[in-house]
Amino acid sequence: MSKIGVFVCHCGENISRTVDCARVAKASGQIRGVAVAKDYKYMCSDPGQALIKNAIKEHKLDGVVVSACSPHMHEKTFRKAVTEAGLNQFLCEMANIREHCSWVHEKEEPTTRKAIELVRLMVEKVKRNMALEPIRVDVTKRALVIGGGVAGIQAALDIADGGHEVILVEKDPSVGGHMAQLSETFPTLDCSQCILTPKMVDVGSHPNIKLYTYSEVEKIEGFVGNFKVTIKKKARSVDIDKCTGCGECQLKCPSKKIPSEFDRGLKNRTAIYIPFPQAVPARPVIDREHCIYFTKGKCKACQKVCPTEAVDFEQTDEYVEEEVGGIVVATGFDLYTTDKQGPYPDYKGYGEYGYGEDPDIIDGLQFERLASASGPTGGAIQRPSDGKEPKSVVFLQCIGSRHPSKGIEFCSKICCMYTAKHTMLYKHKVHHGTAYVFYMDIRAPGKGYDEFVRRAIEEDGAVYLRGRVSRIYRSGDHLIVKGADTLSGAAVEIEADMVVLATAVMPQPGIEGLFQKLGISYDQYKFASEAHPKLRPVECATAGIFLAGACQGPKDIPESVAQASAAASKALILFSRDQMLREPVVAKVNENTCIACWYCVEICPFTAISKKDIRDRQGNLIKRVAEVNPSLCTGCGTCAATCFSNSIDLDGFTDEQIYSEINSLMAVGQDLFPEPEKAEGDSPDEKAA
Amino acid sequence: MTYAYYPGCSLKGTAIDYHTSALALAERLGIELKEMEDWVCCGASPIHQRNPALASGVANLLLSLSEGISKDVAVLCAACYHNMKKAEVEMREDGKKRNEVEELSGIPFNPEVRTRHFLDILDKDYGLNALKEKVVKPLSELRVACYYGCLLSRPPEIAFDDPEQPMIMERILEAAGAETVSWSHRLECCGASHAVPLTDAVLRLVNDVLASARDAGADIIACACPLCQANLDMRQEGIRAKLGVAHNLPAVYFTQLLGIACGATGKQVMIEKGMVSAVPLLRAKNLL
Repeated sequence: MSKIGVFVCHCGENISRTVDCARVAKASGQIRGVAVAKDYKYMCSDPGQALIKNAIKEHKLDGVVVSACSPHMHEKTFRKAVTEAGLNQFLCEMANIREHCSWVHEKEEPTTRKAIELVRLMVEKVKRNMALEPIRVDVTKRALVIGGGVAGIQAALDIADGGHEVILVEKDPSVGGHMAQLSETFPTLDCSQCILTPKMVDVGSHPNIKLYTYSEVEKIEGFVGNFKVTIKKKARSVDIDKCTGCGECQLKCPSKKIPSEFDRGLKNRTAIYIPFPQAVPARPVIDREHCIYFTKGKCKACQKVCPTEAVDFEQTDEYVEEEVGGIVVATGFDLYTTDKQGPYPDYKGYGEYGYGEDPDIIDGLQFERLASASGPTGGAIQRPSDGKEPKSVVFLQCIGSRHPSKGIEFCSKICCMYTAKHTMLYKHKVHHGTAYVFYMDIRAPGKGYDEFVRRAIEEDGAVYLRGRVSRIYRSGDHLIVKGADTLSGAAVEIEADMVVLATAVMPQPGIEGLFQKLGISYDQYKFASEAHPKLRPVECATAGIFLAGACQGPKDIPESVAQASAAASKALILFSRDQMLREPVVAKVNENTCIACWYCVEICPFTAISKKDIRDRQGNLIKRVAEVNPSLCTGCGTCAATCFSNSIDLDGFTDEQIYSEINSLMAVGQDLFPEPEKAEGDSPDEKAA
Repeated sequence: MTYAYYPGCSLKGTAIDYHTSALALAERLGIELKEMEDWVCCGASPIHQRNPALASGVANLLLSLSEGISKDVAVLCAACYHNMKKAEVEMREDGKKRNEVEELSGIPFNPEVRTRHFLDILDKDYGLNALKEKVVKPLSELRVACYYGCLLSRPPEIAFDDPEQPMIMERILEAAGAETVSWSHRLECCGASHAVPLTDAVLRLVNDVLASARDAGADIIACACPLCQANLDMRQEGIRAKLGVAHNLPAVYFTQLLGIACGATGKQVMIEKGMVSAVPLLRAKNLL
């Protein structure tokens, strides 16, 4: 006879608001095999855990069901508690009456009944649970960092400084990301390049960092501690070892009219190009889509001029495999494009603002390039159409952000600050100019942030107008910006020479493809999801994968760097152990009944099953059977479902356990839902029942 | 291709040319616009200001009249479309609202019935390629400013094209060979019914719209709303007298231009009805 303890948690009011927890405990106490059933307000707290531990000792329990939240939330907590009381941790299970019951139902009789049923089926499972020991697996103490922006750079440097090897993969020809494009940074106005480029150099020269630029992650296999990653090195068409980065090839390339990605289309580049002078590695790449040799079959001007014979038109994409133990995802963001041909087909653009049609309507990153000393104008503020100095510039905030009818509800977080910075940069260079800002709210909660915005308004005289703009159109030499000033209640029309749109921060277009390869979840906008928004903000629900920077949501530089260091420390914690423990929920083969049909071998997605010979003492082959490698098995159960002879079971989830759970729901002849005591039950639903 | 046709009051009165030209065009395209029986006024703008529930009730009544003809109700007037589509979408998405309206109107709501603007029907159901095949007199060399006004494409919940940057009228008229111009005031308000109590304000608004179309090089303005067309057409005389600007820019319905392109005569599309006549322009372009 089993002795099971059932512990029902109120979760403050999260569960007790809709579920009668005392009644769940009472009903649980009447299930056969339950020795003790109790309810408590916070079961995960210290007194709650003590209650469980004492009950285990007092009643000599051989199984525990905690009826509370999702196992994702607190299974570890309670398993640790029962271990401390001397019980094997796998004899403790969670019955999820919060996410699966109280949160999704109203306060009525069937809700409490469902909670009782959830407990009952878990009791039936625990009765059949076996004591299991975690599997020990060696940890590969190397990290993969995906994305070479400031977050990826910081994470890579921290892990490398911690003494472990790092593989840094960047899809563009150089590391640096968006931060390399910025002019000066808020709230201190220090030059972005001056603080970033030394870090880029460190990444390029660190003995522990292996840098793959112009490369993408192609395939990921394995699990925490033991990932196998295939990286696609796109054909650069330049031998990076022979090349000295002299730049002769760029000067000779006849294809000169390609809009530069780095300068966001404000300047042109050649087909063979180094994205910007401070690039790491400072080696060119041939853009095969625009190269005359690759499109028309003739030219090779770069090859002729190269003094080191580094140009290699025959180069092909190369695939390399790397083994790593942990992964940091730092794929960053892109800006919502406001024209209809943008890369985000799910979102309606801002055709009415004329972005993409009128050259003097630009976005925030383009303004950064205009204001940057390394930019197309050498830092002079000149409007793109004719190079004239704009006498008035209108800045529009929340373009895309906080606008549900355009498909985006979130706040992009960084625009209030960078727009204030733009007005200052503009005023510092065009003293007699006027900067107007249309805003919805000013959101500047950060150290020195609000002071910075006040400075833009009070010292540099930016004109802030609270309201939205309905339309922008050209009238002769000017752009007419029609909007509303909702504080004065007036309709305003401003003659502007240039308009800057603070467009929404979006994940990199198509990034969900990588997230799917990694097996990590993402939200409706394709931002990667963290395991817990408050308590596990840099970890993914998938073990061994960590998040850094704007791939998780809009972030400024300080936040991205902080999160990158946090992700790096999580990876270092992982690497601090030689072996890690894995859940022993793996498949097991019954060798007596296995018929060696090998269906399981073929179907296993993790190639964890192999063929094993069974021999007698003389070495004669008796039979062949399937064998599971527990360090590769993830417990997915595919083989158990496929097995023709019913010879495979999953430890912790045996057929017997699952069937007894189902049977418990159909049990008859017992008083399954004992009546509540009269004093407690006053709702009409309960009387009806 | 048969649609239940709801003309609405304007199209039987001041905008009879919109009604007539739409039927002439539909006939040439092989689209049957079968007028629903016993229809009433949609309530225009007063109804939803005075009694929103009644507005939805009337819309529900009108939608129910389509039974036996088609599940799609073809509408030409921007205000009728707005009232009916808004009620339809609300009833489909909000069960509580639907119950209220059904109780008030005593008519069950059929969630399969759709309010469709004729522009949307031409674009999505009929198709631009099919339309091109029916064009016998391409509107070439005619520079058209497509005017949406404020109501036709808004709000986003009921829009049949991008609410702030619609291009549907441009697409359709270009399929008929016209050249459309890019201009700033295509979604600005014409002043609507304020023309009666606040004539001066409306003259200013209409003047802005006309000036913008003229500056963009338009020969003619295409409208899809009876009130827009009335203001743009009728107020030009007042603008000349009060503001001293003579625009002389014809404002006609898109159905009139398409009708002519598909071989209808000027008379069949009532082209002579406009106060600022489009006849000399169309003659000069060999379209009449």
